[in-house]
Amino acid sequence: MAQYRMDWQGQKLAEQLMQIMLLAFAVIAFVSGYVMASFKMMVLIYAVGVVLTTLLTVPNWPFYNRHALIWLDPSEAEKHPKPQPSANVTQKKKPVKK
Amino acid sequence: MHSFGYRANALLTFAVTILALMCAMASLSDNFNSPTPSALVQVLNINWFQKQPNGNDEVSMTLNISADLQSLFTWNTKQVFVFLAAEYETPKNSLNQISLWDGIIPSKEHAKFWIHTSNKYRFIDQGSNLRGKEYNLTMHWHVMPKTGKMFADKIVMPGYRLPVEYR
Repeated sequence: MAQYRMDWQGQKLAEQLMQIMLLAFAVIAFVSGYVMASFKMMVLIYAVGVVLTTLLTVPNWPFYNRHALIWLDPSEAEKHPKPQPSANVTQKKKPVKK
Repeated sequence: MHSFGYRANALLTFAVTILALMCAMASLSDNFNSPTPSALVQVLNINWFQKQPNGNDEVSMTLNISADLQSLFTWNTKQVFVFLAAEYETPKNSLNQISLWDGIIPSKEHAKFWIHTSNKYRFIDQGSNLRGKEYNLTMHWHVMPKTGKMFADKIVMPGYRLPVEYR
């Protein structure tokens, strides 16, 4: 599963890229639309920006997965079992019921 | 941001929010425009002027309307609706407003125009008050933007007078 999902730093990078790119394209679109006195131009530039941003930040590109989480080996985990306090509680309750 | 769908959703939401913001700013930028429109209307002829059988005065006139509304257009203007109204006071009503002509200006190139026409809509008074009546011709316009606030203003042209007798 880990191979198909973006890693933590990749997710952060994707979100920041998305926000920065959209804002930058919005500023460029608004300024050029205003200067050229063309509302259509503003919408067009912004639409191109949204498409580019989608292509860059929505698919799970390899460069979002350069910081894979390193999990413990299963054999290593078995050597350090989790403490299970719930087992003691059930044992104590049983004599009370009888 | 862990899945395709979640990233697509976040992007779409943010993109549409920014688009709304851009539209609001485009509407606000209209306030930087200070238009200087001009209009001139001549009444070339009173074609006829009579009292209808029901007692209301009606007049038909030939108008020469020229206007330059180019300065109303900004990058956020879709079209301008313009109408010419006759305005006068009677004992019963402090303001009578009768639309004589209207038009839709689709672009800045068409905003400087000159029209020779008889009144498009009938000039009928509610009663018999029009003989010798002094009236204003007022050019009203509504600027319809692509997004945001609609603007309206007018130019009042006073000093017109109807004939004293029916003809």
